[in-house]
Amino acid sequence: MNYISIKNNQTVLLSDIPESNYEWFYEMNIEFMTGHPERHCVNYFGYRVGKNVKLICCVADDVTHEIHISTSLVNKAHPLESFSNTFLCFEKFEREIHENFGFNYTDHPWSKPVRYPHDRDDKTQIMDNYPFYSIDSEELHEVGVGPIHAGIIEPGHFRFICNGEQILHLEIQLGYQHRGIESLFVQKKQLAQRATLAENITGDTVVGHGVAFAHVYESLANFKPARDIEFARTLALELERIAIHVGDLSAVCTDIAYQLGSAVFGRLRTPIINFMQEWCGSRLSKSLIRPGENRYPFTPELAQRLCQVLDVFEPDFMEMANKLFTLPSALSRFERTGVVSFDDALSIGAVGMAARMTNLNRDIRASHPFSLYAELEHEPILKRHGDVYSRVQIRRREVEQSLRYVRTMLTDVPEISTVNQELKALTPNAFSLSLVEGWRGEICHCALTDTKGELMLYKIKDPSFHNWLALALSVRNNEISDFPICNKSFNLSYSGHDL
Amino acid sequence: MLSVLLIVLAASFFTGVLIRTKSIASGRKGPGIFQPLYDVFRLFRKGAVYSQTTSFIFQIAPTIYFTSVVVAMLVVPFGKSAGLISFDGDFIFFAYVLGLGKFFSIIGAMDTGSSFEGMGASREALYSMFAEPAFFILIGSLALLTGHTSFHDIFLSLHLGSSVSYALGALGAFVLLMIAMIENSRMPIDDPKTHLELTMVHEVMILDNSGFDLGLILTAGFLKFAIYGTLIFNLFSGTISYQYAIPLFIAMQLLLAVVAGIVESFMARFRMTHNAQYIVVLSSVSLLVFFATLLISGKFI
Repeated sequence: MNYISIKNNQTVLLSDIPESNYEWFYEMNIEFMTGHPERHCVNYFGYRVGKNVKLICCVADDVTHEIHISTSLVNKAHPLESFSNTFLCFEKFEREIHENFGFNYTDHPWSKPVRYPHDRDDKTQIMDNYPFYSIDSEELHEVGVGPIHAGIIEPGHFRFICNGEQILHLEIQLGYQHRGIESLFVQKKQLAQRATLAENITGDTVVGHGVAFAHVYESLANFKPARDIEFARTLALELERIAIHVGDLSAVCTDIAYQLGSAVFGRLRTPIINFMQEWCGSRLSKSLIRPGENRYPFTPELAQRLCQVLDVFEPDFMEMANKLFTLPSALSRFERTGVVSFDDALSIGAVGMAARMTNLNRDIRASHPFSLYAELEHEPILKRHGDVYSRVQIRRREVEQSLRYVRTMLTDVPEISTVNQELKALTPNAFSLSLVEGWRGEICHCALTDTKGELMLYKIKDPSFHNWLALALSVRNNEISDFPICNKSFNLSYSGHDL
Repeated sequence: MLSVLLIVLAASFFTGVLIRTKSIASGRKGPGIFQPLYDVFRLFRKGAVYSQTTSFIFQIAPTIYFTSVVVAMLVVPFGKSAGLISFDGDFIFFAYVLGLGKFFSIIGAMDTGSSFEGMGASREALYSMFAEPAFFILIGSLALLTGHTSFHDIFLSLHLGSSVSYALGALGAFVLLMIAMIENSRMPIDDPKTHLELTMVHEVMILDNSGFDLGLILTAGFLKFAIYGTLIFNLFSGTISYQYAIPLFIAMQLLLAVVAGIVESFMARFRMTHNAQYIVVLSSVSLLVFFATLLISGKFI
């Protein structure tokens, strides 16, 4: 037993996490994963302790609802055996450790740079000499897209190797958006600054990351949020899911040049985000979620107003969704485009919709319930084909499901708690972990405190971190002209990956 | 002479009406009908920017492309009045003058050395290659039926007043309309509104063109639409007198633009591989016209 099992949003003392040598650490974590598709690594990172680096590996078990934490103290001088060689889902984490601390792996498939952080170990590695995969052939051609996106959203470089119109390989290079957000969490001392940082990890998952930060912080401060606080968080998460999913449906329609869908879904996103403005003054829900307080109480008047909004929204949404999913020209673009198999999704550690589209049941709302999700008895929506159609269908079904949840919650709006609890100081020498199912998938925030109870390390894992590889796999053997629709159907975050 | 004036007139409003229809269908107000024209005039007042990797080919390509469309326009008749240029076999001249323009626009795109433009050029070449037999089989059949080889004579004698010629006209109109959609990279072959280079056909080929050159290319696009529209009108007009023919022509152009706008609003575009299949179907429709012609003229034993 060289590990400790915790629940979601639980704080443990650092001294309570058993430390083992790397061989033990390696074998134990490999053993965790072998033959257990329900277990997946939610975070694996290192931090400097003197001249050594301490590795912390967090493996979540979806059946027992526990997260197994194990640590190991290693030194750069000794090359390490890589987890990735057995379980590819560790690939990104180990590349990050290699990039940050210069660890060499004896058998890592390809430890190329992840995001070029300022404090990377090897300063000679720069964007310009990124080691792209290439194939020498007269018959193949390379197409480089970006870093400036055609729709000028966020920067990222995509290198295709194509045989005519067919994609053989896609390599995605990110890191242009790196802002050092994890170290900013440690530098900025005020709670409001940190909460604002959390909301800006990725601009489309304001509530998701906000809730993850709030949970970690409250857990470290030993604060038990009242029911009305958790109610507001759950409601905001579901409303964010509805708004973004509807916006994505609109964007998918734009990409297949279906003007009606693009216009109608685009319009339908507006009432939901406008309601957020009525609630908290920001259409993107900024400053709604704060640790330890219910800044914008959800009043019965707001509940009534939301009911009205949904009554108008729902029939229009259903009508347009039925229209889209019976339109032959649209279905011919969706079906069998950009397929990811169950085995691939499992091996790369896909999370959220990217996992559920292949029948891989990954949903934190069900497996590690937080806020009020235990009461809602969430049933994840699963699809089997792993194509664009599955991804679009999941969005539609999740919007319908979220509408049901919101309506259920509106029947029982909790009273605003009058007891004004103060947030206490953080527990010193502690580790805390929070998992949240944002609209895109599993968000993991980990925090470590030092002897004075100050934040020492803050680690963030956005669902995009693993899912970008799913996109790269999905476009293989597809036409290059279908790339935009594959990309949009995943709708991954650049800034969430780059941090 | 009359045809040139009418084509220019139709070109001035066709794209504007199409865009306006799409706007209204999606619940928007939309730009004015002459907005595409204003855009072109604005471009004409600008200078062009040339990439350092391009050669003179890139600079002359837009001009040659535009000229080819204008020359092709001169061949098109309008009802009783012949085009400015009219001779036996002018429909072959028409097709290959357009072909020359397209050739230059393709090598102009290749000249930039951009992988996007290369892909666009390859797609454009493929689609034109598939569309060409459809055009020749159609006009060739009409030539066989009427015994003439110039546009003016073919269309004049096509109007026999029989129901058969109207049936052939309808099939011909379908083929020409679809060729017009392909040539102008409209839906469902191509999406002129997209911002995604990887899915574009025609738009991606002109990514590097700017200012005056871009204005020429856009104007040529407007003219092409009107040219095909006029050919379709000619299939039916025959010897109607001008006082009816001209209003009918304008009404038909408006109708075509509105129909194209509605089609674009309520369907998704094709998957790229389906485009080639779809275009080949046009050739088989043309073959239908061909066999009908053989049957009518008794040459089919």
